[in-house]
Amino acid sequence: MSDTVSNTTSGLPPKPEFDIAKIARELVITFAIGVGIMIPMVLLRTVDVRGKLVIEQHWQEMFFALILLVVGRFGLILLAKQKPAFALIVGVIMGIAGWTITFPTEVLEVFMLAAGIILVIRALLGLWRQAKGVTLNDIENGKKRREELLKNSTGYISIFVVALAIFLPFLSDILSTILPSFLGGDSSFIAGLSTRYVIDVSTLILTYVLLAWGLNIVVGYAGLLDLGFVAFYAVGSYSFAILAREFDIGFWTALPLAGFFAMMSGLILGFPVLKLRGDYFAIVTLGFGEIVRILLLNLYDLTGGPDGINGIPRPGFGNVVFFKRIKEEGTQTFTDFFSNTFWQIDYSSTHRIIFLYYIVLVLCLLVAIFTMRIRKQPLGRAWEALRENEVAAESLGINRTNIKLAAFAISATWGGFAGAFFASRQGFISPESYTFIESAIILAIVVMGGMGNLMGIALAAIILIGLPELFRELDEYRMAAFGFGLVLIMIWRPTGLISFRDPTVLLFGKKNKKQQVEEIAHD
Amino acid sequence: MLEFKDVQTFYGSIQALKGISLTVEKGEIVTLIGANGAGKTTLLMTLSGITPASVGTITYKGEDITKMRTDMIVRKGIAHSPEGRRIFSKMTVFENLQMGAMTNDPSKFDDNLKYVYELFPRLKEREWQNGGTLSGGEQQMLAMGRALMSNPEFLLLDEPSLGLAPLVIKDIFRAIKQINEEHGTTVLLVEQNANHALKLAHRAYVLVTGNIVLSGTGQELLTNPEVQAAYLEGGH
Repeated sequence: MSDTVSNTTSGLPPKPEFDIAKIARELVITFAIGVGIMIPMVLLRTVDVRGKLVIEQHWQEMFFALILLVVGRFGLILLAKQKPAFALIVGVIMGIAGWTITFPTEVLEVFMLAAGIILVIRALLGLWRQAKGVTLNDIENGKKRREELLKNSTGYISIFVVALAIFLPFLSDILSTILPSFLGGDSSFIAGLSTRYVIDVSTLILTYVLLAWGLNIVVGYAGLLDLGFVAFYAVGSYSFAILAREFDIGFWTALPLAGFFAMMSGLILGFPVLKLRGDYFAIVTLGFGEIVRILLLNLYDLTGGPDGINGIPRPGFGNVVFFKRIKEEGTQTFTDFFSNTFWQIDYSSTHRIIFLYYIVLVLCLLVAIFTMRIRKQPLGRAWEALRENEVAAESLGINRTNIKLAAFAISATWGGFAGAFFASRQGFISPESYTFIESAIILAIVVMGGMGNLMGIALAAIILIGLPELFRELDEYRMAAFGFGLVLIMIWRPTGLISFRDPTVLLFGKKNKKQQVEEIAHD
Repeated sequence: MLEFKDVQTFYGSIQALKGISLTVEKGEIVTLIGANGAGKTTLLMTLSGITPASVGTITYKGEDITKMRTDMIVRKGIAHSPEGRRIFSKMTVFENLQMGAMTNDPSKFDDNLKYVYELFPRLKEREWQNGGTLSGGEQQMLAMGRALMSNPEFLLLDEPSLGLAPLVIKDIFRAIKQINEEHGTTVLLVEQNANHALKLAHRAYVLVTGNIVLSGTGQELLTNPEVQAAYLEGGH
């Protein structure tokens, strides 16, 4: 896909030769690879026919998929050879074909149409560039300019995102009051912004943001590849559940305790792996994640084994609970709480959802503030120094043991908070929620977001967790949306969404901050 | 000031130092020359506690530091500029220098910074650049400057001339001389560039496969036929 920009020579792009034989060869290779991949994935499929496993053959589907693949590749080659006009024709044909012809499956139609649209857009862009005489240099400069713009505006983006997150539950009300109806103030889109569903999904996203920010300390700052982060999530969840159910400890006491237990588990993991690096470290943490999960499965008396723990109490606030009616002595409902004041509200089941949302939002903001501050403290710098070069860091008098253990402990604590919150929100936990795939998802969020950059990680969580939720109706293809998100980020921003590192000191000496930022940007 | 007594260091079952005994007096520049794999780097790593010795004792100012942790040794005033520069490439020059001052009293930071910038004015110019974007010579200056930020009495330099152009090497050696003469810092210098190193050093040791085979003043070793044959051939 990057063929058009990969030859970064200066001046006008060299006119690539249009060699039919070469193109034909490339198409044949594409065809061959397509056949190889599609035989097991498209052609042969096992189906259950009255209790018997039968292999079905989908020749028709494979045929159409191959046509789509080869034609699409041809369009891309045309683009690479600076023939956008022809690529436009190919794209239009593909689009029309996808729109009108009935394919064996709907997925193929969608893919055909999408491929056509992408080709048309890229061809139009190519035509426009040709018409204006845009050189590759201009394209590169444009890229650099945009990168710098992004660099300088992350602060504003962060403020905007945080403000949006704070006002999200009331966004519909606010916007529909402010905006006049001709600007869409009463549109269904605005009304849909603060629905229970949106807040629920946002809560889920924020839980992952919390987890990813926790993992970021070990992976992003200390540079240690942790594949078993889910272990701390699990420890937090289970310690919260057991404390709340067996010992009847309230949410606000059990939450820090759960964080404490997770921290202890972080230290327990930390000691044996102190001397390990790279791949060996990754394998041991992977094992640790599995050990915790298997322990949860087998410590039946404590954890309920595969049955899990249910009836975990929901968070309240003081003696205020979020139920319609009082279930226990000495508590009052959220509605009753307000009934004695001038502000009367009616019972709504959304109140509890909004309350949960704000709990996780506050946790996230606390973690963000803590992380941003600690980065500028000696501890945060020591993490980065260890990541950059362990021997050098040691030779400068950084105590590797303590610094690494601190990273584990803090990171695990955030994971524990997220776990406690998750347990309290779900009301039910079982070992199934703490499998390796969770670790992988959290790690993917950290890496895709740009290691070490809080804003980038939050954006990656929105894309990687939000996107599959949007496609929930697609059932089994939901994880395909997750994969699609990964692929898109890898193509467009291979080093992460926001991957630059802010220096920890700026205001020093007599230079002003803006000048310093520009100097750094020009490196 | 510093004394090695029969120090032996192992990497697993491989013995890198086979009983080293040497001394460094206050205010000296002592150089260690030797071929690749002679154990020069190991000797420095052993001294700063990164690969601790298994046998023997190392005493610094009358105190046994053989089994001491690296960060404690740094706090005793021994700074190590490791082989291959090993700067923090994603951090700015200024941040790199800050990392060097981690163990130091914060109130001395400004004075030390001024000292390092006077020694290497190039670093001042590049203050806000990322360490990884510096040239090889500048990176070496940064590595030395970073070590000096802890205000050491004793400086360990591991092959500061590695992979640098002759002119830059001259600059680096001039700086070492300045550090020693103007600030009274004792220097233990490991070098392959025997010619330069021996001219600079007050005393020198020759290391061959984990043993010290020769020692003397820098001038003595420069004129020693064995040393000339093994380490100075072709170099002036």
